[in-house]
Amino acid sequence: MIKKNKKKPMKPDLKQLFLSMTRLRMFEERVADLLLKDEIKCPTHLYIGQEAVAVGVCEALKKDDYVFSTHRSHGHYLAKGGDMKKLMAELFGKSTGCSQGRGGSMHIAAPDIGYLGSTAIVGADIPIGVGAGLSSCVRKSKQISVIFFGDGAVDEGVFYESINYASLYKLPVLFICENNLFSTHLRICFRQPADNIFQRIKTFKMPSKRIDGNDVLEVYKNTCAAVDHIRQGKGPYFLECRTYRWRAHVGPWLDIDFDFRSKAEVESWIRKCPIKKLEKAMLKKKDFSAAERDRIIADVKNEIDEAYRFSQESPYPDAKELLNHVFRD
Amino acid sequence: MRKIKYSQAINEAFHQVMNREKNVIVMGIGVNSPWYVGHTMEGLFKKFGCNRVIDTPVSENGFTGIAVGAAMSGLRPVVIHPRMDFMYYSFDQIINQAANWHYMFGGSVNVPLTLRGIVNRGGEQAAQHSQSIQALFMHIPGLKVVMPATPSDAKGLLISSVLDNNPVIYIDDRWLYDIEDDVPDGFYQVPIGEAKVLKQGKDVTIIASSYLVYEGLKAAEKLGALDNIDAELLDLRTIKPLDTSRIFDSVKKTGRVVIADGGWQTAGASAEVSALISSEIFSSLKAPVRRVCLPDAPAPASKTLEQVYYPHSEDIYLSVKQVMGYKEKA
Repeated sequence: MIKKNKKKPMKPDLKQLFLSMTRLRMFEERVADLLLKDEIKCPTHLYIGQEAVAVGVCEALKKDDYVFSTHRSHGHYLAKGGDMKKLMAELFGKSTGCSQGRGGSMHIAAPDIGYLGSTAIVGADIPIGVGAGLSSCVRKSKQISVIFFGDGAVDEGVFYESINYASLYKLPVLFICENNLFSTHLRICFRQPADNIFQRIKTFKMPSKRIDGNDVLEVYKNTCAAVDHIRQGKGPYFLECRTYRWRAHVGPWLDIDFDFRSKAEVESWIRKCPIKKLEKAMLKKKDFSAAERDRIIADVKNEIDEAYRFSQESPYPDAKELLNHVFRD
Repeated sequence: MRKIKYSQAINEAFHQVMNREKNVIVMGIGVNSPWYVGHTMEGLFKKFGCNRVIDTPVSENGFTGIAVGAAMSGLRPVVIHPRMDFMYYSFDQIINQAANWHYMFGGSVNVPLTLRGIVNRGGEQAAQHSQSIQALFMHIPGLKVVMPATPSDAKGLLISSVLDNNPVIYIDDRWLYDIEDDVPDGFYQVPIGEAKVLKQGKDVTIIASSYLVYEGLKAAEKLGALDNIDAELLDLRTIKPLDTSRIFDSVKKTGRVVIADGGWQTAGASAEVSALISSEIFSSLKAPVRRVCLPDAPAPASKTLEQVYYPHSEDIYLSVKQVMGYKEKA
């Protein structure tokens, strides 16, 4: 799934968008199932429902562009080209996992494709991503640095410090705020006096837009425009992508057994499924046939089966290796 | 060999390592300021320019995190915190991020970052501009902590910190800045993790770091002159990882120990050294270990209080006398 390092066309490859979103969705549905069966034990934050953001953004990037993410990061890892087998193995704490069983779901990385890591401290990836932009600038490498974070991270002070710095030094950084309306259980209206994240950013002299995060084409086109702006040396860019997570803050459930969101609300967002939306449009415009769609889905299922098999056949880390990797030689 | 000041040795290390390694940048509050960092950063901005010498906005957590990200993507940044006290703002980035990423990702990402914290005590600056918080960093897996006392170590350990592939906390005390001593003029490294015997002795070991090395040397002189006590002075230089073999060798020889550390006593750096000695070479001890540290109080402002707050050579001298006078009960 690793993409070639060439200039991305503005015209989207629809089948690739559909394939990539389907991989994210089906992988996580399998993970949800494995969580319910208590096979996967580590705390897992599912991305189901938000796939259009990761895929629309990452399809517009080059292989060596940097990506940083959060506790809810499987989607970003896979969309950037991360190895599914290594991710599944990591969820089982196996030595073949992308973090060799040291990270679990919340700490995954794939530096070979520019995915330098995800961190489970809210907002902590934001200055780090700005730093990768600074590095690119100093080394004149032309890479851009993309930072995924939620609306919860916007509550953190370091968010504003990072926005300020990136804009002050015109660093090659793309900020992707996935506004899924909740910070764990707490709705945005209880955390921020106005629902206007993208507008606040403009006061830092940074171009900023609010877009539909459930429309992969809109995400892709806006990312292409943002990336173009950044690669021209015009400085950072901010996209607030409105979306919704279907599952619980953590775990496979729906988070409707409490008072903070209703079943009807969740269902209203499920009706806005980003994958169904693209699929419907593609079938209508004959961008692919139902048979082609089914083949893509079958291929993805095989890939997931293979990843699961790999994870089960892989060994656990040897207890003797506990202290490996505390330091780099 | 020519003699230069401690602050000049730091400055020379920056010039040489930045000249040699094009991926080294320095950033922090006041790096171009005439008063924040003494003479230690002189000439760097003019020579290396605004891309590599960055006087940042006052956002410690933000710019420390930016340095962490730059470190994992091809640079070797040095972050300057002109007062260690300001580093608390950046603890998430230092501890949760910089110290953890290499382990947390199974060794696939590393953070070659130097965090320079300056100890700025005295001068009636009180609780928020005077702290020596080395013990907090020493507690964290994934960090190395160096505290050079001599000008030649200030230079060699700074170069080693910058070239290390891990986050290193480099702590320099402004009270050392005017001390002059031999410093090689070339490019050299002092290995991280090696203590050094600055004065040989057979009766008692004084273990010290940073500024307290000089207070320890003064105490050792007085002990020799007045009391015929031959004290050995061991300069730790690195407090994490501790050079246990040199510590143990010295203590096995003398059997008596006084540990002087510029931080607070409770759960401080001295506690770790003391615990290692008693757990690993208990039978070598002829007397209980004594410690000379800060009392458990924030730093005061008034000079009469400062005078009793900060440890001096006399405190080390008296502690050694106690250790030497210890008699086991029959």
